[in-house]
This record gives sequence, C-alpha cells and structure tokens, in this order.
Amino acid sequence: MYVLGLSGYYHDSAACLIKDGAILAAAQEERFTRIKNDAAFPQKSIEYCLAYAGIRLSDVDHIVFYEKPFLKFERLLETFLSSAPYGIRPFLKAMPIWLKEKLYFKKMLVNALRRIDQEWRPGEGQLLFCKHHQSHAASAFYASPFSSAVILTVDGVGEWETTSVSIGAGHHIQPDCYIAFPHSLGLLYSAFTYHLGFKVNCDEYKVMGLAPYGKPVYLDIIFDELVDMKSDGSFQLNMKYFNYTTGLTMTSKHFDVLINAARRHPDEPISQKHMDIAASIQTAAEQIMLKITTALYAKHRIENLCLAGGVALNCVVNSKILKLSGFKNIWVQPAAGDAGGALGAALAVYHQYLDNKRLNTSQDRMQNSLLGPECTTNQVLQALNASGLAYEKYEKRQLYSTIASEIAGGKVVGYFNGRMEFGPRALGARSILADARNPEMQSLLNQKIKFRESFRPFAPAVLEEFADDYFDLGVKSPYMLMVGDVRSDKRIADQQQGETNVPSIKRARSVIPAVTHVDYSARLQTVNATDHPDFYQLIRTFFELTGCPMLINTSFNRMDEPIVCTPQDALDCFLGTGIDILVISEFLVRKSAI
Amino acid sequence: MGDLLDFLKFLKYRKRYWLWPLALLLIIFGTLLVAAQSSALAPFIYSLF
Repeated sequence: MYVLGLSGYYHDSAACLIKDGAILAAAQEERFTRIKNDAAFPQKSIEYCLAYAGIRLSDVDHIVFYEKPFLKFERLLETFLSSAPYGIRPFLKAMPIWLKEKLYFKKMLVNALRRIDQEWRPGEGQLLFCKHHQSHAASAFYASPFSSAVILTVDGVGEWETTSVSIGAGHHIQPDCYIAFPHSLGLLYSAFTYHLGFKVNCDEYKVMGLAPYGKPVYLDIIFDELVDMKSDGSFQLNMKYFNYTTGLTMTSKHFDVLINAARRHPDEPISQKHMDIAASIQTAAEQIMLKITTALYAKHRIENLCLAGGVALNCVVNSKILKLSGFKNIWVQPAAGDAGGALGAALAVYHQYLDNKRLNTSQDRMQNSLLGPECTTNQVLQALNASGLAYEKYEKRQLYSTIASEIAGGKVVGYFNGRMEFGPRALGARSILADARNPEMQSLLNQKIKFRESFRPFAPAVLEEFADDYFDLGVKSPYMLMVGDVRSDKRIADQQQGETNVPSIKRARSVIPAVTHVDYSARLQTVNATDHPDFYQLIRTFFELTGCPMLINTSFNRMDEPIVCTPQDALDCFLGTGIDILVISEFLVRKSAI
Repeated sequence: MGDLLDFLKFLKYRKRYWLWPLALLLIIFGTLLVAAQSSALAPFIYSLF
C-alpha cells in the first residue's frame, strides 16, 4: 500500500512516499526548483517520489495534505472578527488569495495532481487532509525509536494550534492539550527575528547563532511584559506588543518602545544591543520550553519525548530539555519544519486512519534522513563532461585518503554522495567539509565560500565513539539537532575569557576552534559506521591521518540558496565559490586544475 | 461552488454560526471577483458598482 504525503502552499513544500509503512522517499521542492523555501505545489518532489518507487500516481492508494485549509480559513475569519475594525489590511491582503484559490483548495490540488498523471481520479476517501500539528506529531512519533512517548509540537501556527501535546502509544496518538493562536512561541521568536532585521519563517536559526554573543538583559522584560507563563507550561502573549493579527508586521510600535530600539534594517551592522536582544529571546525560548517539558514530564511520567515543529530545530533548546526536563530520551524529527509535515501526514494516514501497526518500534525509521534523490554515474559523467573540467576517478578507499589529506592540508571540499538529505541539515550527502582544527577556517568559510554573516558558527561531524572525548553531550546526535559543550580538557586557556564579541570567534578557544562557538558550544552531528557507512569511513580516514575524529560539516550551498541537489548544482556552487575541491560520487575535480 | 458549500457545511459542523454572514458575504464578493476577471459577465458586474 502506497501513501503519498504532501506539504506546501505556505512555505517549504515537500512530498513523501511510504510503502506499507516504510518511508521510501521524501524531498523538498526547493531542492529541485532552486527557490529557497519554495511554497509552490510540490510537483517535482512528487515526480521524484513516484519515479523512485517506479509507480504512477494512479498506483498510490491515498494522498494526504498536511493541513486542513477550511480550519485555517476559519481561523482567519475569526481573527478578523475578533479584532475588527483593526486588521483590515492583512484581511484585505489575504482574502483575494483565499477567494480565488485557497477556498477551492481540493479542486486546485486535484488539478495539480492530474497534471502529473492525467489518468488519476480521486476515489472515495483517497484524497485526505490531516491537521497541521497532527502531521507534525505523527512525523515525530511514528518515525521515532519509541513505542510510547509524550509528543510535543511547537511552531508558529498550524490551523489554530501553535503548541500541541499528544501521547503516543503503539500506533495510536491521543491528543492531550494545545495552545491556540495567537499565543505562539514560534511567532514570539519570529517577532524578535523580525525586529532584528532577519527574515521571518526563514532566519530564526541566525538569531540562535547570534545569541551566544550577547547577554540576556531583556529577559525580565520578556517575562514581565510579553509572556504570561503559567506553572503548567501554558502561556499567553500580551498582544499589545505584536502586530501579526492586525497588521502586516510582526511587532507593534509598543514593542519598539519596550525594547527601546527600532527594528534593525537588514543592511544595518549588528550591534551589541542586537546580540543582547538575540540572547534574551533565545534564553526566554529555552525557559518556556523547559517549563512546558518539565510540566509534561511531571504530568505523564513517560520517559520518552518526541519533538517536531519549527521550534524543535532550535538545537540549544533541545539540549536544555534533554539535560533538565526530566525526560530520559528525546527524539527530534530531522525535518521538524513544515516539509516534515508531508512525512507525518503520510504516516498518520497509514497508522491512524488505516489502523496499521508499526512494524518496529525500537528503530529510528528516518534512515539517517537520506531520503532524497541521488544520481547515476552516467548523470555525473554527463555533467562533468559538459562542464569541460578535468576530473579524476578514484576507488573508494583511495578517494577517502585523497580527500582526507587535502582537508588536512587546509583545502575546502564540496562533497556530494548518494541520496540527498530530507530536512534543513546537510548530514554528509551534500556537505562542504573542512578541517575543524584550523582557526582560520570559520572566517574563510563564512566569507569566501558561504558568503554569509561572519558571526555564524560551523558544526562538526564527529565519529560517534569519540564524541564524548570532545563534547559534553552524552547522547547520539545523528541529525545535528543537539548542542554539546567542548570539554574543558579540549579548551585552550584564554586570556580574554568571557569575551563574546564577533571578532572573538576568530580566537582559538579549543583544539577544534573552527567548530567552537564563543560560549564553547558546538552543534554536533555524531556519525556511526552502521547508519552512515560512507561518511563514517571518510571521517575515519581523516582521523587515522591526523588524530582528529571530526570534520566541519556545513551545507553545500551559498547563502540564501537551497542545498545543491544535482551534479550541475554542485558544479555551479563549486565554480561560484572558493571551494577548492569538488567530489561527486567517485569523481574529484580540483579548482587548481582550472 | 461545491467547495464553497463544503465550507458552509464545515462551519455548521464546527458550530461556528456567527461566521456564516461573513462567509456568505465573502463568497458572493469572491464569486463576483472571479467572474469579473474571467468571463463575459464582466461589463454587467462593473455596472452594478
């Protein structure tokens, strides 16, 4: 039985195909269209999923969309009525789209699907709609290695829910409680993202990266004025300070007065005040999530927690929950954002709607999140030959030792191998790799390769068996969704300890300076030989050569571009940046040979 | 039209009766808006306003 899950029309469209409960393929539309967070109908993703399984759309038993458009429209109308006559501007902006397109969503979806397969007709109960947070919850629980768990989903907003709690047991998910719009931790974080001059629904991770440079001096203001936190973990926002229900901005003028600063223009330099604001909202998010999860653990006394929703991509929050909430085990869906909704919706149909049991509840079903497209040797050769670049072909072991010695010699490698990642993180299939020991590498990668803000840190991919030697984490982190502090014996005594301004990130503060943030934290990926054999062997070869069991692993893309998908995308990125060496499957191209 | 009726049925199922007048109004204007942009009815609709 095939179930196809879809997400889209808001941001980050995606498709996922499952067969008899096993996840076959999943991909985000942005990777094919090259439009970051593409919200369009996920046609290319669907085509990829069908081609991977070798089936047509008419062979699919159920197609499910990851949210319920009517419920969303109901929220829109009720929000307008409750705030009228204020809010007329966003109402007038939203209505034409709804009246012309989204209200006829089912018809629109059917027409779009029929463009893929003209013979396909939706039969009774074949086209389904799953609630937004139900999709997130299913993506977190059914893909997890737990047979029972508390499931917490937190994002900006779905239909009504912004935070939801469910209890997963076997193949059942039972809703427990939720917090409704407009009270939203995701939107609170986005409001600060907006105030700091970053893009809402896109750049929240930059705020997280900026936070360690500041001090949470606005924390009291946040909890005194903006958020009314209750002891059971529920909260309300003071809507006087926010404008997203009644205007076209995230924050109101009262917010600027409260913070005593106008919104930062995107081109304006980042000041210490901006860093303090980032530190304040990050600390507030950590405290809110801790309060929620501590209350949940006390209430349910279940040892396992599953997380999904955009807020679950905040790895600093996840690590705090793991250390302090009481939950013994945490599993975070690697595609925790809306793209993962496609996967969750498909799993929800298979297990909840069709009442099918889970085959194995002790194993992570995400297959290291390597669910996306790969390319054949012929396709690689075609792209390489068309580029006119000289390339070398290697046998696997030889390839790894060549890459390892080049990285050890200070080179930056664009690495393209196997199926691409599903979700926002590059996990060793479409990655840029470099030497974590090199103190210059953080600046070099930010400025000459990624062309992004100089404050942004990089993450290490570390051999699982060595992770505890370098980081204080204690658990596996295969999806780069946890942070660990660099262990004290790996730190370098620092004359200016405690200084956390942007230039200070260039100062070596550990034996792995390129992946050590100013607060000594690192967002790490642990790699083992069973789950990710090729990538493991590559890092292992580097370890045997240098004694260092890790590499810098950052996504293979430039700033504001999706991660590369095809060999041609990889070649374009390689030629347009300062990457020294490109590896696609068993082929290697050197910039020096051009 | 089927989708619009579905939406009204949905509001009834959800017991959101207070949204019916607003929904009906929007649906009428929406239908006019779509018709005005895409059909020979346009001149007659314009004359209404």
